[in-house]
Amino acid sequence: MKIITSISSVFLGLLVGALILKISGISPLEAYQVMWEGAFSKPQYIAYIIIRSTPLILTGLSVAFAFRTGLFNIGSEGQFIIGALSAAYFGVKFHYPAYLQIPLVLLLSIFFSGIYGGLAGLLKAKFGIHEVISTIMLNWIALYFSNYAVMTEGFHRPYTETSEFINPTTSITFFENIKPTNQFWSDFFRPPVNAGILIAIISILVVWIILNKTTFGFKLKSVGFNPEASRYAGINVEKKMTQSMIIAGSLSGLAGALHVMGVSKNIAILAAHEGYGFDGIAVALIGSNTPFGSLIAGFFLGTLKYSGQKIQSALDAPSEVILIMIGAIIFFIAIPNLWRKKS
Amino acid sequence: MIALELKNISKTFGTFKANSNINLQVKKGEVHAILGENGAGKSTLMKIIFGLHQPDAGGEILLNEKSIKIPSAHFAIKSGIGMVHQHFMLIRPFTILQNIILGFEPRNFLGFIDYTKARNEILKISKSYNFNLDLDLKIENISVGMQQRVEIVKTLYRNAELIILDEPTAVLTPQEIEDFYRIISNLKSSGKTIIIITHKLHEIKEIADRCTIIRKGEYIETLDVRSTSEEILASKMVGREVNLKISKEDKIPGEMILEISNLEVKNDKGLLALKNFSLKLARGEILGLAGIDGNGQKELVDALTGLRRVSKGQITLQKKNITNLSPKMIYHEKLAMIPEDRQRRGLIMDYSVKENFVLQRIDQKPFSQYGFIITRELNSFAELLMEKFDIRPRNKELKSSELSGGNQQKIILAREISNNPDVLIAFQPTRGLDVGAIEYIHLELIKLRNQNKAILLISYELDEILNLSDRIQVITEGVASQSFIKPTKEEIGLAMGSGK
Repeated sequence: MKIITSISSVFLGLLVGALILKISGISPLEAYQVMWEGAFSKPQYIAYIIIRSTPLILTGLSVAFAFRTGLFNIGSEGQFIIGALSAAYFGVKFHYPAYLQIPLVLLLSIFFSGIYGGLAGLLKAKFGIHEVISTIMLNWIALYFSNYAVMTEGFHRPYTETSEFINPTTSITFFENIKPTNQFWSDFFRPPVNAGILIAIISILVVWIILNKTTFGFKLKSVGFNPEASRYAGINVEKKMTQSMIIAGSLSGLAGALHVMGVSKNIAILAAHEGYGFDGIAVALIGSNTPFGSLIAGFFLGTLKYSGQKIQSALDAPSEVILIMIGAIIFFIAIPNLWRKKS
Repeated sequence: MIALELKNISKTFGTFKANSNINLQVKKGEVHAILGENGAGKSTLMKIIFGLHQPDAGGEILLNEKSIKIPSAHFAIKSGIGMVHQHFMLIRPFTILQNIILGFEPRNFLGFIDYTKARNEILKISKSYNFNLDLDLKIENISVGMQQRVEIVKTLYRNAELIILDEPTAVLTPQEIEDFYRIISNLKSSGKTIIIITHKLHEIKEIADRCTIIRKGEYIETLDVRSTSEEILASKMVGREVNLKISKEDKIPGEMILEISNLEVKNDKGLLALKNFSLKLARGEILGLAGIDGNGQKELVDALTGLRRVSKGQITLQKKNITNLSPKMIYHEKLAMIPEDRQRRGLIMDYSVKENFVLQRIDQKPFSQYGFIITRELNSFAELLMEKFDIRPRNKELKSSELSGGNQQKIILAREISNNPDVLIAFQPTRGLDVGAIEYIHLELIKLRNQNKAILLISYELDEILNLSDRIQVITEGVASQSFIKPTKEEIGLAMGSGK
């Protein structure tokens, strides 16, 4: 049922996009053809989509996870920043061999972003501060803290607005040296493909197991459905909310860390939020708050965002159409009466 | 004269026939009860009359002997039909006045709301029926009984001649019910026609003139109430003989098991809800705690289950002090609980039946190991309990919200009994249930008592307390006032009211 909602909404969103294109005097068919070919016609395009989708899958998973405990994690953006900052900082400071460096940097990033997410959970548990309010604030705190940290001595790269590059042993672009003879795979590996997607898929599996197979997940979900009955059944509701936010935070932080370790290799002063976390909210919604839903919706959004750029150069069409389409999709999903059976 | 007539009204949802060929005739100026079990189709029928549902083709509705179609609630109101829903439709931060005029605000020549005119009109209504409303109070600050009066005035302000009341006494205290009966007879004597939807038999005997019985969506019969007994009404509603009064043999209670001494507990406002409250409960007895809603029962239950802090005094279970332990620890001390509100506190409505069975015990063997749920054990446990307690439909994967109220209550009962408790606290265990389900729950409670369990029955239904209890304790304003063994209804009623 929820799958039908998502698929129909996507279809309706594409229709809205077509309408906008038409109004702008561009043939929608042509535009969608450009997008399709720009996404799937060459192996390296697919590789770029994977790179683009990885952070979205994880921030989507983060939002979806918190939502199952009844929490609306708007703070994915800030947790992403903390994860990215941690990865960059420790990636610069530590000089261990890769087999030690990578797990260590990843764990520390997860740890700090988990604390950062847990903070919002704790504020709710102890003082009743609504997580939407606190996470919005924490997003800005993370942004400015990161900007401050970038400029600190020993981390800052002189004469730039960026940090130093991470130590090469921190990098997860393992596939750079693969030179397949096969044409398809050699094209596929030309972009900076990295191991992030594998870690994202593993995270999806782990979260699925937590939610569906463990007593911990059973209690998290029961708090999400009905906190009062859960308290009655002897579940420590406040503790569960905090734990849920810790996990949500570390998932978003993992997205940030993988982005630094696999794509950007450093961090820069941010004038505004980059939007990975906010896109995560869209991913979670389209994926109806399930782990595998986040995987598919993350790929979908990544594909749209990547291929959407291409209509700009090919047809001189505004790539903002993509944002309108995503907005429309969310809009359609959010109309419950559209999908409920008439009584 | 016939105020309202339904001929062959049917309503189908998908493949489910909620109403099939219902006939109803309501005379002008009478109080007409619609009697049926939960899910019999009463509410659907009323929604058709009030324009919220459209009937299937083929039937006919006549209002004041003229055939009409009622396409919307707005049209129903315009035609002089008023409805008071079971869950009141009031805006809580608005005043009584604002709520009454909402949607039908009189305006002055500038287009602003003419409050003076509205106030005068409402005061006139309020005076002629003795409603005693302070129009400037906010809904959130008035009692439930008062809220109901606001709803009734709302229909009168909209010039309703036919007023439909859906389960009007479900949320009222005994005192408020008395007031409600008075209001109904006032309305009747001023010529209004009243339809009451209910499954409470004594209520019908008290106020209704005629009664139409609906069972499983079908019209059964219309009876004159005066010449019918409650037993006949019950058996026609359920479709079989029902035991209204349960017989139980005398039993000598065993040792004391739960002792509450000098308890002090605060309510949400920080005021003392229980003052120096003491109580003793023995094995093999049902102790009924009688009292009007809001005299400290909720706080007592919260304190017993570990959800509310005890500021003074002690609770001991089996000689062990359990004061201020966590809900989880108290559960493991074998104190079980049927909460007042099964949908909010008793069950996770979005969880399946089998998941609800293990809500408190998921961490224990055999239901889980190393933190992983063992589904096989959940399944066999659920099958066992559903069979034993006859929970229908027999599908453990169904969400609890998809079961009827009576079966939901059975889930809770089964779950709590399956932990083999020493003490069972039953707080309003039959609230909102129909006669058949009430009978079942009552029999189970007596069975437990005969198995030498201790049962604390807390109920606002005096009949339930009198019917089941071996001993009765009255609670007034947070104090354990008088106690009785086999009292009359009048004695108890007097004791319940004396504190106020």
